[in-house]
Amino acid sequence: MSAPVIEASGLTKRYGRALAVDGLDLTIGAGEVFGLLGPNGSGKTTTILMLLGLTEPTGGSVRVLGFDPLRQPLEVKRRVGYLPDQVGFYDTLSARENLVYSARLLGLASGDAAQRIDRALSVVGLAEVADRRVSTFSHGMRQRLGVAELLVKEARVAILDEPTNGLDPQGTSELLALILNLKAEGMTVLLSSHLLGLVQSICDRVALFRKGRVGLVGPVDELARDVLGGAYVVEIETEGVDLAGVLEGMDGIAGVARSEDGRSRVDADRDLRKEIARRVVEAGGGLRNMTLTRTSLDEIYSRYFEQEEMSDAA
Amino acid sequence: MRREGSPFTGLSTVALKEAADHMTSARMHLAMLLVLLTAIGAIYGAIGQIKNTVGQDPFLFLRLFTTARDPLPSFVSFLGFLLPLLAIALAFDAINGEYSRRTMSRILAQPIYRDGLLAGKFLGGLIVLTICLVTLWLLVTGLGILTLGLPPSGEEVLRGIGFLLCCIAYSGVWLAVALLFSTVFRSPATSALAALSLWLLFTVFWSMLAPLIASAAAPVDQFDPMSVVTNAELQQGIARASPFTLFGEMTLGLLHPATRALGLIFFGQLQGAVMGAPLPFSQSALLVWPQFAGLIAAMIVVFTIAYVVFQRQEIRA
Repeated sequence: MSAPVIEASGLTKRYGRALAVDGLDLTIGAGEVFGLLGPNGSGKTTTILMLLGLTEPTGGSVRVLGFDPLRQPLEVKRRVGYLPDQVGFYDTLSARENLVYSARLLGLASGDAAQRIDRALSVVGLAEVADRRVSTFSHGMRQRLGVAELLVKEARVAILDEPTNGLDPQGTSELLALILNLKAEGMTVLLSSHLLGLVQSICDRVALFRKGRVGLVGPVDELARDVLGGAYVVEIETEGVDLAGVLEGMDGIAGVARSEDGRSRVDADRDLRKEIARRVVEAGGGLRNMTLTRTSLDEIYSRYFEQEEMSDAA
Repeated sequence: MRREGSPFTGLSTVALKEAADHMTSARMHLAMLLVLLTAIGAIYGAIGQIKNTVGQDPFLFLRLFTTARDPLPSFVSFLGFLLPLLAIALAFDAINGEYSRRTMSRILAQPIYRDGLLAGKFLGGLIVLTICLVTLWLLVTGLGILTLGLPPSGEEVLRGIGFLLCCIAYSGVWLAVALLFSTVFRSPATSALAALSLWLLFTVFWSMLAPLIASAAAPVDQFDPMSVVTNAELQQGIARASPFTLFGEMTLGLLHPATRALGLIFFGQLQGAVMGAPLPFSQSALLVWPQFAGLIAAMIVVFTIAYVVFQRQEIRA
């Protein structure tokens, strides 16, 4: 990993007596797509606002691209693009006029700005409606206009807060493609979400948030291994055999769980379908069905927080 | 603990954008229409009245602003009443509108400080108000020249410009008040209502309240003549807390050149004065200077409060 783009240590934010973010440590490298995951109210947005210098941390320190967002907010905001949750635009202005305003605030020369705006609008597929008022835009179009703003800014870091919130499936996949496009443009992307499955497909690394703390950080596969013991799940339906007994002691298997409908679930750290099948057949059992799935982030997430709940209760 | 970069980054961009927005907004058009119609009505009334008078008046042109004909009030009292409304219409949703449109965090994520945004919004409103007032002033002057067939003298022009400046300062105060309410209240409806209540209080009820408060705080004693003076001075002091009173005194001082004092005056102080003789412009300007400075100070104080409130606000939308 090259020099960190975002570095936070011991970041804390307190609202009155409530602790929104509690001693957060985070390092994000250049060119990464990093996901902040957690339920609503777990401190993701607060963290983002502190990274941008829009909210003052109660404690700890942040460095974004080597700048301190509290002391040098203009330097940070010149290089960091932000797409807030449910982004708003000036309804009475057209899409282009909205971007022109942002470009002026950035201090771009008008010729340069016009070029960037045209390009950005065509990248996000809004070139044809560029001169229509934003009030006629759908939620998805506004979200894409927000991405266009990041492109106009030529930000080095793009921070997106719940970018897919409230979008239909098609809009979501379009937006995810645009986010990957941002990465291809050389931006480091930090996005927050509570929709884990979606994020899994585009994030290089994720951090799981809970009650203002980061529980886990790492690539999705690694997290799966840590929490579930494996990144692969084999769903298996057998007959006349005690699966747990058969598979006992087999290398690479993290757990076997039986569900009510006669199916079993095997967590494994690699694709073990062949070996499992052989063992089942050798033990004289019948094999009806077997499917392999990658562990979804949702599962890691809920499992991890279940464990946490339990340890909290203990 | 110093932050880097100029707080005025983006100030002119915000101000120009706000001004452009106001110029094209329906709200502004309606408010301007109201002001224009009442102004023209008042001026026509004044012209009719002036044409009926046969007495000599060296400042006939200024009478255009101050003459009232029943049932219409004069042009200046219309302005005193309606300018706050215009200013409130411009700024009552300046800050909370950004929240409800959810543009606030996006704009503040651009390389500007909050200072620039707030000051830009104020400046944008002030630019629009100034443009409107200058237009109105020119219109009225032109109307006067056409109908009276009489060009204003140099002194009258000076006094007219002084009056224009007073109007700008007066509406600036109300602009700052509306901006403050738009920062304090999260809902534009609440802030509009709050600003309008304050407007009603100051323009309509304040002149009734001032004597009440004064006689409660400093009752008049029949046998002590000084208590009458104290009461009157207190009453005037309380009345001057209202921008409306200050504006009224300024127009009186500037547009009636014969005005010699705006407060209590004792008989002894009038010795040797030629009653009814006009003061030169510089003396009239001196007379209204405290009022003018008071309005500017009020504008700055209110804006500063709005600034402090805005800086402490949590940006979440």
